[in-house]
Amino acid sequence: MTTRPASIHGASIHELVTAARAVAAPAPRPARRTSLASTRGQIALALALGLGTAPASPALGAEPAKLLNVSYDPTRELYADVNAAFARSWKARTGQDVTINQSHGGSGKQARSVIDGLEADVVTLALAYDIDAIAEKAKLLPADWQRRLPHNSSPYTSTIVFVVRKGNPKKVRDWDDLVRPGVSVITPNPKTSGGARWNYLAAWGYALRRPGGSEATARNFVAKLFKNVPVLDTGARGSTTTFSERGLGDVLIAWENEAFLLSREVGKERFEIVLPSVSILAEPPVAVVDVNADKKKTRALATAYLEFLYTEAGQEIAAKHFYRPRSAAVAAKFASQFPKLSLFSIDEFFGGWQKAQKTHFGDGGTFDQIYQVK
Amino acid sequence: MSLSHQAVHVFPLPVSRAGAESSAVRRVLVFVAVSFVALFVAVPVAAVFAEGLRRGAGAYFAALRQPETLSALWLTGVTTVSAVLANLLFGLAAAWAVSKFAFRGKNLLLTLMDLPLAVSPVVAGLVFVLLYGKQGWFGPILSEHGLKVIFAPPGIILATIFVTFPLVVRELVPVMEACGTEQEEAALLLGATGWQVFWRVTLPNVKWGIVYGVILCSARAMGEFGAVSVVSGHIRGVTNTLPLHVEILYNEYQFQAAFAAASVLTILSLLAVASRHVAEWRAKSAETSRKDR
Repeated sequence: MTTRPASIHGASIHELVTAARAVAAPAPRPARRTSLASTRGQIALALALGLGTAPASPALGAEPAKLLNVSYDPTRELYADVNAAFARSWKARTGQDVTINQSHGGSGKQARSVIDGLEADVVTLALAYDIDAIAEKAKLLPADWQRRLPHNSSPYTSTIVFVVRKGNPKKVRDWDDLVRPGVSVITPNPKTSGGARWNYLAAWGYALRRPGGSEATARNFVAKLFKNVPVLDTGARGSTTTFSERGLGDVLIAWENEAFLLSREVGKERFEIVLPSVSILAEPPVAVVDVNADKKKTRALATAYLEFLYTEAGQEIAAKHFYRPRSAAVAAKFASQFPKLSLFSIDEFFGGWQKAQKTHFGDGGTFDQIYQVK
Repeated sequence: MSLSHQAVHVFPLPVSRAGAESSAVRRVLVFVAVSFVALFVAVPVAAVFAEGLRRGAGAYFAALRQPETLSALWLTGVTTVSAVLANLLFGLAAAWAVSKFAFRGKNLLLTLMDLPLAVSPVVAGLVFVLLYGKQGWFGPILSEHGLKVIFAPPGIILATIFVTFPLVVRELVPVMEACGTEQEEAALLLGATGWQVFWRVTLPNVKWGIVYGVILCSARAMGEFGAVSVVSGHIRGVTNTLPLHVEILYNEYQFQAAFAAASVLTILSLLAVASRHVAEWRAKSAETSRKDR
């Protein structure tokens, strides 16, 4: 995996972060920092990042700051760790205390809340379309937000796998087994959940890629799959608990990270992970919500927070929580954890999220059509 | 065959057997009622406490002392008190207006006041998002003045007031109507001022109605999930009420902590039920002692 040069004001992000560190680091680290030194560090950092407008409040270094990260469902554990690590690193760098508040839910629902006024400084959602919706409907960030951070603004990736009950009693091996009569499948509602949309598109892409596959056969395949779905939860975590705690369904279509987490939290003795022959490359993106961050004067902090996700430390936390890291070094370190899968991207098969959303998940789209046929 | 079958249904049972039958029927009915209550109320309540205490009292109290649980408890308390106060003031005024005066549109007003009971809580929440959300009717004005309603405690309080709105009124209207207007008229004739009539005549007469209404209203306000969920924004430690926090803990595989928090809600509702019974009992004894006099 190669690192694509990111450009914020013409310089790569790694240069910027290194520069910022270099400016902030030389100051000796006494046990207690004066607010002056920390303010200077902060301004230096902000300048290094090319964000001259940020330190609008002069005593920023001394006052505790707050960020609101509005995220999707399965990232709870990931961001609990990221937030603690970032708060430590920010405190060490600037002397400022920072609290990061979290809100979690189905990705689409969370985007809707931000549009309706939930004042997120940053959004870390399941798919680009949901952030596009915030840009489009509420104009809280520019339409080209996805070009502001490396790797399509997705610091980590994931994919879609299956979870089955111990011993795999229904012999689920690949996507074909999900459309067999008598196999009950758990997946969330694509209208509200980002994970569900990845699930749906992964199934669609699989059917499309089969020999003789066409739009018509794919549609048929996905329709048959949804006939096997007894209940649609609003978010990925809801589906996971439906499967694991309520005991519904023979197979759960889930984020890879959610599947690993389930087997770690609830126990390997109850569930097995099944890797399909092909799946989708899921890129959950992150973005600063400009209008909110400017209003709350947190842009520098919010930007640094998202950039932290790209650092070695941030990448390692992501990998520990079973998100596939972008950094080649961290990926190598966790190579044994992530099985090699044949992955296709959304651009490859669906022409990007805008198009996929309109065709499949919009009002009267293919999902509405096939789910009504049921 | 069919004839004899019909005969059983058509002919009345012999009178001599009726006593035995009814005692058997009574036993069956009591058994059904007890097992129903056990199955649907007692066992779940016991399960909440058993799950909460599964890892011992230490873990139970540690779970309750988590800052996010404490903040959820605090928000639930603030919301409940605000909703009860608002509905108490409104309930008294509305019940008084409706039961002591005749005016056009009174029935329409009564119907409207019942509406929140019939509307789904989720719809109630969405209505507030439509009104006060950023894209809503009053959203732009509010955000110009830096006021946050939705996804902040005011929105949660508003939604809670909406869903608990009829509870106090509905308790008060029948009580006030039963009291009639004679006592107030007498007081006025004897030269009492409006306030004196209210404090010395009206209020003491409806005291127990108020107590019931407040208890019902607080029980509902503490437990409200649907409407609050829509307007909360689910910011941990900031806009989560206790019911929302229980769901979050449950979804994060913290089952013991979830049930510990749920047990607090259960204790609060048990207290509400108990105080309602105490109030009923006190009301009855007050009634009988007054009749004795």
